[in-house]
Amino acid sequence: MKKTPPTIAVKELAIGYKSAVIAAHINFDLNAGGLCAIVGVNGIGKSTLLRTLGKVQPKLSGTIKINGKELSSYKTLALASQISVVLTEPIASKNLTVLELIALGRLPYTNWLGTLTQQDKRQIENCLQQLDLKDLQHKKCHELSDGQLQRVLIARAMAQDTPLILLDEPTTHLDLYHKVQILKLLKQLAKTYQKTVLFTTHEIDLAIQLCDKILILDGIENPFGQPCELIESGSFEQLFPADMIIFDALTGSFKVKK
Amino acid sequence: MNNRSTSYSIWFIALFVALLLAILLNISSGSVAIPFQATLKALFGGEIGTPSWKYIILEYRLPKAITAMLVGGGLAVSGLLMQTLFRNPLAGPFVLGISSGASLGAALLLMGGSVLSGFAAFELINDVSLAIASSLGSFLVLAVVMLVANRIKDTMALLIIGLMFGSITAAIVSVLAYFSDAEQLQRFIFWSYGSVGSLSWSQVLLLTSIVFIGLLISTLSLKNLNAFLLGENYAKSLGVALKKSRLMIIIATGLLAGGITAFAGPIAFVGLAVPHLTRQLFKTMEHRILLPAVFLYGAILMLLCDTIAQLPNSASVLPINAITSIVGAPVVIWLLIRKRKMIF
Repeated sequence: MKKTPPTIAVKELAIGYKSAVIAAHINFDLNAGGLCAIVGVNGIGKSTLLRTLGKVQPKLSGTIKINGKELSSYKTLALASQISVVLTEPIASKNLTVLELIALGRLPYTNWLGTLTQQDKRQIENCLQQLDLKDLQHKKCHELSDGQLQRVLIARAMAQDTPLILLDEPTTHLDLYHKVQILKLLKQLAKTYQKTVLFTTHEIDLAIQLCDKILILDGIENPFGQPCELIESGSFEQLFPADMIIFDALTGSFKVKK
Repeated sequence: MNNRSTSYSIWFIALFVALLLAILLNISSGSVAIPFQATLKALFGGEIGTPSWKYIILEYRLPKAITAMLVGGGLAVSGLLMQTLFRNPLAGPFVLGISSGASLGAALLLMGGSVLSGFAAFELINDVSLAIASSLGSFLVLAVVMLVANRIKDTMALLIIGLMFGSITAAIVSVLAYFSDAEQLQRFIFWSYGSVGSLSWSQVLLLTSIVFIGLLISTLSLKNLNAFLLGENYAKSLGVALKKSRLMIIIATGLLAGGITAFAGPIAFVGLAVPHLTRQLFKTMEHRILLPAVFLYGAILMLLCDTIAQLPNSASVLPINAITSIVGAPVVIWLLIRKRKMIF
């Protein structure tokens, strides 16, 4: 039997803009069912990395392979059935209803008019149920709370039914309870549907507890591995300047330096 | 979901009935009082006692009603396209300066001749060249606005830039006016008041073709328009070819707004206001429903505005722009006050 390639495999990737390299030497790969967080200080290039992986902006060098095939060789439409995204930018029209927004996730599979087939409708229904959005389906997006809107955006990405889901800071603006809710949801989706889920976050404590793998962007080696491996190798200690906070390896969390 | 689609069909039936009534009302009223029964007979090929009535109805009022429908519906659709494309609830052909661009094109053609050459000008001016000139004018402004919109994400800044384009074209037009003779000036002034009357059947046919092509391209863009509701990056992640689909929407908008402005003059506010009025009936953002609904609503509104502008049974006619502004401007004010969050 032929071994299936990882959902995403990144080698010696450099990202940034023509004038300035933001981060280089990024290496990692993820298999189906894996939940992975990208952490790092502000401005280190987390969002740039995610935008590069989603082909929103071009890479500078290195390779990105999605299911064994180079990212740049995908056509826009073909890529839409490989990668779905949840971005930090607000959606253009908050007048869309929850149902309309989630249904837009089926767009890559519909005909020229965008007609939904029975199968599309089943898929949408399933997403509504999975993310507990049945009661909200006819609400407009501007009527939702931040946490609810985030769930709707994740449901839209689920409806797009891609092996890889990229999320840019899905937990910002949420309280602790809803941060955990969203992350547990992502974990559950990754396990139940064998999706590969990759997201950027500042919630390092939560990521250590919930993720299968973590990629630390530190501008030098960019260590990648299971949370416990990274703790043992002391990778988190170098994440922030040591004058304010220190990493407690026993509890896997950061403490304020007294 | 079923409840919703039935309520949509009910509204569509209601709009169709309203459209038929508006057409009959529009055709049966005018400066010459013609009995309603005689109007119906003339329309459906019956014989009526007074031949002049039949001539008025078939050669003047019927083409005028068709023009009003095309103008109202077409401008409303172009407004809908622009609101989605610019992610801006206050976008419309008039506000963004697209109509001003068309005016500039028309002014250069109608009055520029005397400035540039002075002779062959009159030979050049016919319906087709007027349509081309004002369509080019609107494409030009649309392209510039699009460029600016890519750099500036701010809603208000974009509108102010649209206003400035209006001022610039007004300035150029007044310079042209200063140098042109009275007859040319009068021609331009009358054009700029806006009017759906005085089109011959062949002109109506040309306008119909332009609006048809514009609507056809819009129909082909329906799926992409829906994707644009999420924003361009999301649209791209859903497999939409951004450049191509943006270009198609711009061409459709330019054809509709430019072509219509060429024949009917710059008509204020219809393009901006009608999509919002339609969304009061159809509480959806789905373009497959909104596009036909907006066209019907625009057609009805324009027929009614024209009926009022005719001042039935009197000899005088009001400029149609005055009427559409009285209807449209309050909608903009209402939008700014009640929907401060600028949701569209």
